[in-house]
Amino acid sequence: MSHPQIEIQLIAAIVAMACAIPGVFLVLRKMALISDAISHSILPGIVLGFFLTQDLNSPLLILLAAFTGVITVVLVEFIQKTGLVKEDTAIGLVFPALFSIGVILISKNANDVHLDVDAVLLGELAFAPFDRLMMNGTDLGPKSLWVMGSILLATIILLLLFFKELKISTFDAGLSSVLGISPVVMHYGLMSVSSITVVGAFDAVGAILVVALMIAPAATAYMLTEDLKKMILLSLLFGVLSAISGYWVANLLDASISGSIATTLGAIFLFVYLFAPKKGLISVLYRQKQQRVEVSLITLLLHLNRHEEESERHINHLQEHINWHAVRAKTVLDLAEKNNLVEIRNNIVLLTPKGLLFTEKSLQYILSNKDEKIEPMKEDFFLFRG
Amino acid sequence: MSITEYFNLLWTDYTLRTITLGTAVLGAICGMLGSFAVLRKQSLLGDAISHAALPGIALAFLITGAKDSGVLLMGALVSGLVGTFWIRGITNKTHLKSDTALGLILSVFFGFGMLLLTFIQKQPNANQAGLDKYLFGQAATLLESDVLLMIIITAISLFVMLLFWKEFKILLFDAEYTKTLGFNTKFIDVLITFLIVLAIVLGLQTVGVVLMSAILLAPAAAARQWTNNLSIMILLAAIIGAVSGVLGTAISASQNNLSTGPVIVLVAGVFVLFSFIFSPTRGILFREIRLRKNRADMKLFKTLQFMYGIALEHENISHPHAIRILNNFQGYTRGSLQKLENEGWITIQGQQWAMTAKGYKQAQEIYNQKSSQ
Repeated sequence: MSHPQIEIQLIAAIVAMACAIPGVFLVLRKMALISDAISHSILPGIVLGFFLTQDLNSPLLILLAAFTGVITVVLVEFIQKTGLVKEDTAIGLVFPALFSIGVILISKNANDVHLDVDAVLLGELAFAPFDRLMMNGTDLGPKSLWVMGSILLATIILLLLFFKELKISTFDAGLSSVLGISPVVMHYGLMSVSSITVVGAFDAVGAILVVALMIAPAATAYMLTEDLKKMILLSLLFGVLSAISGYWVANLLDASISGSIATTLGAIFLFVYLFAPKKGLISVLYRQKQQRVEVSLITLLLHLNRHEEESERHINHLQEHINWHAVRAKTVLDLAEKNNLVEIRNNIVLLTPKGLLFTEKSLQYILSNKDEKIEPMKEDFFLFRG
Repeated sequence: MSITEYFNLLWTDYTLRTITLGTAVLGAICGMLGSFAVLRKQSLLGDAISHAALPGIALAFLITGAKDSGVLLMGALVSGLVGTFWIRGITNKTHLKSDTALGLILSVFFGFGMLLLTFIQKQPNANQAGLDKYLFGQAATLLESDVLLMIIITAISLFVMLLFWKEFKILLFDAEYTKTLGFNTKFIDVLITFLIVLAIVLGLQTVGVVLMSAILLAPAAAARQWTNNLSIMILLAAIIGAVSGVLGTAISASQNNLSTGPVIVLVAGVFVLFSFIFSPTRGILFREIRLRKNRADMKLFKTLQFMYGIALEHENISHPHAIRILNNFQGYTRGSLQKLENEGWITIQGQQWAMTAKGYKQAQEIYNQKSSQ
């Protein structure tokens, strides 16, 4: 690994971490799309700042652009408050307009400077190590490493200082007001941090990857845990993991590093989306199927409990009476028999004493509107689940 | 070339005519279908879909090697639909909310698309140049066949919309009721979404993936301000969309270095801003004027009521009182007294005022209205 390669990976990892922290809170506050809006609408701020400072890494430019980001949020909230359109439309109107202004400013004025629309959308991580911070003639490393490093450090300090406040205002705005923590201050604080992070990261990874780096790690982590601390740690992990593996994929294909990082983030999310132990698609579908079979099982038991006459308890009758398909009836019946809830004699289905006990308890819960108590009871009675 | 020159050339120049017709048709179909997106609160779905279409364009090029826009748009359609249904999968089957799903799919698909595009650019042999026009759109690259395709698809969408008009409309405003009436809501829902995806894909070449959603939303959001009637709104949105398309193309063609997409977005944005401010019923300006007028009327009525309270204590309602005794009441000014006199509710003589019979009646009416509320 050459020296610039290590630096690129370091920058990518730091950008990923700086984005992941505000991203977690945006996802939890259902404001993920604000990051999309901010990342687009900072463009005019960046262009104006660039005309003033002629340096993409100047702190003035970052503040100016971050301010444009906060303005976007204010503008969206203003439009929303007029009630003329819904919130999503307000977001969808504001950021393309600001972004268009930025694009036009670039194409009309910036022919001679190195700021073009492709760089805006994609960023260029590969060039980041060439823009170095020099002080008294000594080389202190790439500028963007310093910029993003300070943003990450500030974010972590703010997170540690205001963790409790952020947590409360995110999950219960009412309670936080009562406790004297203004949700409004927290809201705009988060918006400012997000804006600054987006602006800082934008030079390195581009407007749209910033959104991926903010939302994807948090969304992936949210599939795996509901503990805020674990969620933050997991999203930091996913961010860094995809930053580094994304770099190597891009290296292999000789393609855009930021595009490759976004793709890796997507691949990790897809994997977790499918296979997450509790919330994953496969586990959800499996659980839904299990629930269906078990509800049918209880229906069967209640039916058996209610009818004494043999004609109602005949195996063939069940299919027509409860209106099940043959396969379904067989699955349910097998499950009941395996769990020793029923026995079958001469094609007549009978409740066992255990089955009777379970049925009567369930019936009581159903009659007293405590259906949810059936679920834990299944643990005691069922050896095999549906 | 100036804008007037552009419009003069429009009648003679073949290319200009093609491009202008293309953007007009595009604006119209986007306005039409965007109305549904806006009213269904799916505004940002358009943004996600347009970004999600990018990898489809790149993959279609990688697989076929053709730059024929029909093939590329087919790829865009497929990947746009994959993105849409993945978003639905995420929101339906997991606890992640729709904003997270939209943002995630949008950025990840776009990133994947950029990965493929940069990969294609590094390929030595291909005639790859020009794929990046799909980022911001270049109306100048529209061919007659593209415009024909747009017109055909617009006609089909219009036909489908008219065919399912009743179903679309009822689903829009009361989804639960639609279900109870026995309509297949899932089918109607998928049909509307499919049409929206189609409109977005059509616009990619002209406006580009990044700004496509705005062309979908802006005409509809502007039209919404002028009417509460769905069919009028759709018609209006289509007209606004077409006009923004033509004006945007004209402006971008008359200058160097201007992509069509951003200009059309800004023109449509001006329409939205105008509608937000000047719409007679919903607009901010007239709402403010109504608010002020109401406030002024309210003050006048309050003064009148205070006077009524004083007049009640006397047998003769027109008994004159000194203006001075109104001093305890903060709501009056010289101007408001003058207005009350102009209405014929009181008479003023020197430093004295007296209530008229008309004013007494008016005050009584307000009093009754209040107590009945």
